[in-house]
Amino acid sequence: MWKWLHSYADPERAYKLSGTLLPWFSILAILLVGTGSIWGLLFAPTDYQQGDSYRIIFIHVPAASMSMAAYMGMATASFIGLVWQIKSADWAAAAIAPIGAVITFIALLTGAAWGKPMWGTWWVWDARLTSELVLLFLYLGVISLYASFEDKVLAARAAGILAIVGVINIPIIKYSVDWWSSLHQPSTIKITEKSTMSSDMLYPLLINIVGFGMMIGAITLVRYRTEILARNGMRPWVRELATAEEAK
Amino acid sequence: MQFDSFADFIDMGGYAFYVWLSYGVTFGCLATLITLSIRQKRKVLIEIAKKITREQRLKETRGTNRESKT
Repeated sequence: MWKWLHSYADPERAYKLSGTLLPWFSILAILLVGTGSIWGLLFAPTDYQQGDSYRIIFIHVPAASMSMAAYMGMATASFIGLVWQIKSADWAAAAIAPIGAVITFIALLTGAAWGKPMWGTWWVWDARLTSELVLLFLYLGVISLYASFEDKVLAARAAGILAIVGVINIPIIKYSVDWWSSLHQPSTIKITEKSTMSSDMLYPLLINIVGFGMMIGAITLVRYRTEILARNGMRPWVRELATAEEAK
Repeated sequence: MQFDSFADFIDMGGYAFYVWLSYGVTFGCLATLITLSIRQKRKVLIEIAKKITREQRLKETRGTNRESKT
């Protein structure tokens, strides 16, 4: 099995495989995010306490949970790259970082826009909000470390170490609402027990969470393919693609 | 359908600014990220193509220099 897996570390095969997967991820992402958002905005019932302002949840929760999931993906790729010296894994981590940063920014902004009407303030320095802000800085740190070395093997090592150390922040974000008292409400979706949310609100939310995941997957594939090309400019198959692109 | 009219839908029960700010910024950011990510590929390939032409030119001039010396 390891031998079979290793063949996908070959840049050309990784490039082609991600090209085959890309349309599937894109179609699923568009369908799911479209369905979830329209359902959430138009058909989900109005909340009895928060009125229609709660409709921000259909993008806030997917963005926030996926910002953590994407970080775990990036850190895992970095770990594989560091330990087994697989360059394709490093490139995957480099592809995820900017996407994670954008998703984290969205989570923070939608949270602020939801906090203003409900809590009366855009921002408080409490555990959940601050640790999510730290996540944004971790992403930005990984991006700038990777960008600041000409030698990309060295760059990936530096950025990878930061990404792995930063994993400590993920359980802090996740459990911050249980560990410290916070303005932020605890999670309404529970895996082991019944969710504290009516199902006609829960379904569009779950659809959007999966949809955001697919969308991040699709953008990762796009960026990953570009990263492979950029790092393999000396290989004949990339040179062929480059001359073909220039002729266009 | 939870809203009686289109104006009702836009109004979002009085929370129009916050709801549409959230959705607007989210889809705006995502659209920008996706466009930039897709465009990046062509940029990288063109850069590699330029490098190839530069190398070829270098090889050619080297070849003619050697000839002139003999």
